[in-house]
Amino acid sequence: MADEIELKTAPADFRFPTTNQTRHCFTRYIEFHRCLAAKGEESNECERFAKFYRSLCPGEWIEKWNEQRENGTFPGPL
Amino acid sequence: MIVREWLFLTMAACDAAEPWQLGFQDAATPMMQGIIDLQHNIFFFLILILLFVLQILVRALWHFHYQKNPVPQRIVHGTTIEILRTIFPSIIPMFIAIPPFALLYSMDEVVVDQAITIKAIGHKWYRTYEYSDYNSSDEQSLTFDSYTIPEDDLELGQSRLLEVDNRVVVPAKTHLHIIVTSADVLHSWVVHSSGVKCDVVPGRLNQISISVQREGVYYGQCSEICGMNHAFTRAPET
Repeated sequence: MADEIELKTAPADFRFPTTNQTRHCFTRYIEFHRCLAAKGEESNECERFAKFYRSLCPGEWIEKWNEQRENGTFPGPL
Repeated sequence: MIVREWLFLTMAACDAAEPWQLGFQDAATPMMQGIIDLQHNIFFFLILILLFVLQILVRALWHFHYQKNPVPQRIVHGTTIEILRTIFPSIIPMFIAIPPFALLYSMDEVVVDQAITIKAIGHKWYRTYEYSDYNSSDEQSLTFDSYTIPEDDLELGQSRLLEVDNRVVVPAKTHLHIIVTSADVLHSWVVHSSGVKCDVVPGRLNQISISVQREGVYYGQCSEICGMNHAFTRAPET
């Protein structure tokens, strides 16, 4: 590779210092959707949160939550 | 023209289980190196204590054998020796405990700037790996399943019951953030050379922070009983 590849991922969150990162993933997902609700669907500022939750959460969980949001059964404070 | 080939003796690191192996596999991360050093440390004191106790035991058996010493002594108590043999064995483990606690707390140090996050999802009886740091949407960017290669499909030189079809490729000398979870039952994601053993629980994300210091292929096996093919679930990484 000629050029340096810059590796970036979701940073460690001091709110979740322990091994169990379930809440971290869930919180990032909720933060993204709250940001979308606050700033609007088209704004790019929320993309940062999107990257975080996509890095942390397994794809199956994200699909399930997206479905729940569409059905209105999402168990979180969106 | 005779061409002489010099065969350089290269040390190949032990990164997979060897037959009749007694010791650890070679360390690939500072964590595993710490574990190995700790074990060597404690083992030294262990041997000292073992030899001491064995010596006392053998002496007692030798000198007080019924043919040499037909009349047994009637010693009821000896206060000094009782105090000593209570205090010293309590102090020794206190000193032995200091390095393990140091290692334990240093293993729990949170690395703030991880370079890459890899998700490992345990299934019965294979693994799925997701690299999603560069997704632009919710669709998965890089996901693949990793099945153990059955014996009939092995090529020459491959390890039996250790190889998989798709290995996890990770960058060396970078802080990795590995998140493990399960899709069905309890598993355990283990890579011995990296000092990683993390139970994989459905509905929970466990994080592992490692930094692999050398390139190589590292093998691991499932370490939590998960059904019929538990013994055949693997996790090798490159």
